[in-house]
Amino acid sequence: MNGDILATFAGALASGQIRVVDLTHTLSPDFPVIVMPPELGQSAPFRMERISRYDAAGPAWYWNNLSFGEHTGTHFDAPIHWYTGRDLPLNSVDTLPPSDMIAPACVIDCSAEAAKDADFLLTVADVAKWEKKHGRIPPRSWVLLRTDWSKKTGAAYANLLADGAHTPGPDAEVMRFLVGEREIIGFGTETIGTDAGQAGHFSPPYPAHHYLHGAGRYGLQCLANLDQLPASGAVIVSAPLKIQNGSGSPLRVLALVQERSTG
Amino acid sequence: MTEPLPKPNRKNPLVRTRQPLLPPASRSHKAHGLTLAAAAGRFMLQCCGECGQYTYPAREACPNCLSADLPFKDAPTGGVLLSETRIEVTGDPYFREHMPWRTGLVRLDCGPSAVVHLHGDCGGPGSQLSLSLQLDRVGQAVLFARPVSETPDMEDDPQWREMTADPKYRRVLITDGRSPVAVALAIALKKAGAAKVFVGVADRWKPFEEQKALEAIEGVEIVDLDLTSERSIQELAMDIGAKVEILINTADHVRPTHLFNAGAINTAREAMDHTAMGLMRLAQAFGPVMRSRGADGKTGAVAWVNVLSVHGLSNVPQFGVHSAAHAACLSLSQWLRSELRQGGVRVINAFTGPLDTEWFQTVPPPKVAPKVLADAIMDGLKRGLEDIYVGDVAKDIEARLFDNPKAVEREVGQ
Amino acid sequence: MILSRARQSYDGVVLAVPVTVPYQRYSIETAHWWMGKALRALAEGAGVSHRDFDGFSVSSFTMGPDSAIALTQHFGLTPRHLDHVPMGGASGIVSIRRAARAVQACDADIVACVAADTNQVDTFRKTLANFSRFAQDASYPYGAGGPNASFALIARHYMDTFGATREDFGKLCVAQRDNALKNPHALMKKPLTLEQYLSARPIAEPFHLFDCVMPCAGAEAFLVMREETAASLGLPFVRLLSVIERHNAFPGDPVQVRGGWVIDRDELYGMADVKPDDMDFVQTYDDYAVISMMQFEDLGFCAKGEGPDFVRQHTFTIDGSFPHNTSGGQLSVGQAGAAGGHLGITEAMRQLLGVAGGTQVEGAKLGLVSGFGMINYDRGLASAAAILARA
Repeated sequence: MNGDILATFAGALASGQIRVVDLTHTLSPDFPVIVMPPELGQSAPFRMERISRYDAAGPAWYWNNLSFGEHTGTHFDAPIHWYTGRDLPLNSVDTLPPSDMIAPACVIDCSAEAAKDADFLLTVADVAKWEKKHGRIPPRSWVLLRTDWSKKTGAAYANLLADGAHTPGPDAEVMRFLVGEREIIGFGTETIGTDAGQAGHFSPPYPAHHYLHGAGRYGLQCLANLDQLPASGAVIVSAPLKIQNGSGSPLRVLALVQERSTG
Repeated sequence: MTEPLPKPNRKNPLVRTRQPLLPPASRSHKAHGLTLAAAAGRFMLQCCGECGQYTYPAREACPNCLSADLPFKDAPTGGVLLSETRIEVTGDPYFREHMPWRTGLVRLDCGPSAVVHLHGDCGGPGSQLSLSLQLDRVGQAVLFARPVSETPDMEDDPQWREMTADPKYRRVLITDGRSPVAVALAIALKKAGAAKVFVGVADRWKPFEEQKALEAIEGVEIVDLDLTSERSIQELAMDIGAKVEILINTADHVRPTHLFNAGAINTAREAMDHTAMGLMRLAQAFGPVMRSRGADGKTGAVAWVNVLSVHGLSNVPQFGVHSAAHAACLSLSQWLRSELRQGGVRVINAFTGPLDTEWFQTVPPPKVAPKVLADAIMDGLKRGLEDIYVGDVAKDIEARLFDNPKAVEREVGQ
Repeated sequence: MILSRARQSYDGVVLAVPVTVPYQRYSIETAHWWMGKALRALAEGAGVSHRDFDGFSVSSFTMGPDSAIALTQHFGLTPRHLDHVPMGGASGIVSIRRAARAVQACDADIVACVAADTNQVDTFRKTLANFSRFAQDASYPYGAGGPNASFALIARHYMDTFGATREDFGKLCVAQRDNALKNPHALMKKPLTLEQYLSARPIAEPFHLFDCVMPCAGAEAFLVMREETAASLGLPFVRLLSVIERHNAFPGDPVQVRGGWVIDRDELYGMADVKPDDMDFVQTYDDYAVISMMQFEDLGFCAKGEGPDFVRQHTFTIDGSFPHNTSGGQLSVGQAGAAGGHLGITEAMRQLLGVAGGTQVEGAKLGLVSGFGMINYDRGLASAAAILARA
């Protein structure tokens, strides 16, 4: 290890050899948030109220007050978010090891399946198929489920029917596998949760949350632009806000992608 | 015969919008006994507690026996027209815009003579009349005489329309289409002749059952409106603010909790955000433009209706947060009323008992059907009321609060 | 039973120095300016200093925020009898009655009775809007027609009940305009025909333009004193034979068809020892012709309900069978606020002093002046009348 690596890295960034892809949706009041049964507590949606805009309340400056739940917009889930991770050390966003905030990613493209079936579930077989083509998922990698769901908006994005949300996600078995057998650092999706829309009916319910956080791993959801990432080789920068005892936070998620040489 | 109100043309963009003017507003303290009655659509005059004689105008002592015991009591509404005039000239700027103006001198069945506003269909001197107390454009109580029996299009009498908020040919915004009363309101408004009914719906990505029913009503347009978002409200006001002549705020957020529950603060915050803060956001976005359009033609801005829980008047522990939120709304509505009054726009509060809906599932009957609430609001608009009590529970609480507010506090929810 | 006695006579009370400060339609001055003019004219007319007036009786709608006491300092008066008579068209005669008792009892020697009002551009509207509590609560918010609307209700009822027509009212108005053309102080300078009267634009049915007085600025004033005082100053004077006032008479009448004169007229004529027929002229309070007609009835010139017929039987010009409002009255001279109630008094004084000039009624020796005022709510509350005689 020497300083040359970072200098090389900076040069690659400057020359465009390394491309930076923004995986984040714009935080806006219109972006759907998770809906819980109404008698339960609800996540506050993103809201922005003006303090001043070069006006009587502040003649030369523009600024706003923000309010939102920890789990709004493109956001990060810390282990403390789920009961299974409640007793782990370093389980909240403020204690999260900074080194975990930068990690490689494997992108499993299921966009064709998700287009056909909103309730598409990622299985161990799908992972095996991916590994056959791209190699074994390295430990401490993010696994990102590409569904192109981020290209939908509004009602189609939330896709709420009378029996709840219908959005793709992982099944219970694949989560056990990824966390246990592949030791992934986290799992990311384009939908409102790391779990499928109907995951409340799985066993255990919400398996992504259950296994990830129970093992001290992380979740990323409401990701965008996964279609711009290679199946492997991208590096994810995901640093949540340092909120005391926070269970998660909206954040800017960046992917670093090395351009393939055309020559 | 009343000339039917012609359907208004589209606004001429080259013509200045008239600024709202108001009729004379000064009244004595005692005269507000009439305001109290008019606000609820009652006809009450001072009646001596000692000699039993009715007296008018409002005063401090009975001219018959000098008793100071002069409470306002319900009075018979009949009277005979003694004389009439049609005023063509006045120095008052408001009435100058409404000339000619018909007034009369009426001998009330209960005794006194009174100067009254006279409906155009009233016959000449000697005619029997039916009296009511109305709130005029400045919100003060006035006596209004109408013929004893209905006449065709009598609601369109120009003087009567100044005393009311008739939806006919007016455009209405219902702020929360997810409210259980929204569909019934939209149907009632169209029946009452509303030109258009905008229905605000938050989070259009969340499906809701009533959407089809609303879309099926001709003249209903569903618009994005999230009462918890300042931006959402302002954006809608930018689009349709100048087209809303009646705003009906159906916002509600019933989430039962216990005062000592850990999450009760969040529940309260959410309820306040939807109701009290929502009302304030609406007021900021729609209030100024409505106030400025109080004299915008024959169908200018005229009313702002808040659907409030009667429990806002006295807290019910079972719905403690709901009660508190509506108490806050009531206070805000009084503030709003004083602002909108400057434009001749009245603020109507419809106090309702528990609706016959999901959130009041555990509450025993009697409950209020949405249609009953909608009809009561239509009645309030057409009669120009300020306080409407809907349903047996609300009426019971109104009467009991009038009698002894402490007793209501002790007995409620038991 | 309340012990009651016939009232004492007004023997020895006289009126002198009729003053009219010429009217203006609008004035930028205040009521005080007009009062000052009137007081100076009274002092000059009496040949004394205004500081010699030991009584002061003032009427005005527009002197606010001052009251009578403030005016003493404003004008440098040191009176021992001070009165503010805010009774509109009845205040002139009411101030005579009170001043008469003061000088009779030697509480004062000379009482200056002054009525003055200004008329700035918005004065009239403001006066109406704040006229009285009942007006504010229960009549002004009903179309804000002011006295036109209130008296229109009374007039319409009178017409329906007693068969009066607009032509009857018009006959009085036209006669008064004829009289006014002979009065240089009258603001109305053009002749008026019955046709013009009938076809004028409506104001508040049944009233049209020429049924209504024109508000203006102006002042009227006179002095009340004992005969011995007048003699000592060498002043010509007229005698006060009798005077009455009555307020809120017949409160049970659902609509006004009569005034308080009915209660007191026998005493009015009895004290003066004269009959209605003896009058050489009558100055009624003519805010509207219907009220003049009501006064003909209530002051005994004809029976109740015969007013219309009385008008048809008589002519009302200076040389007519019933000389009436010989100055032209308020309808043609203008209504200078509270001074409208003093207009008939100064005119009657000039008639009896023989100095009425163009409006002089030949050989006038006895005249009746009537006042009426304060439509507090639905009716005029104050009524008053005086009989004056040539000395």
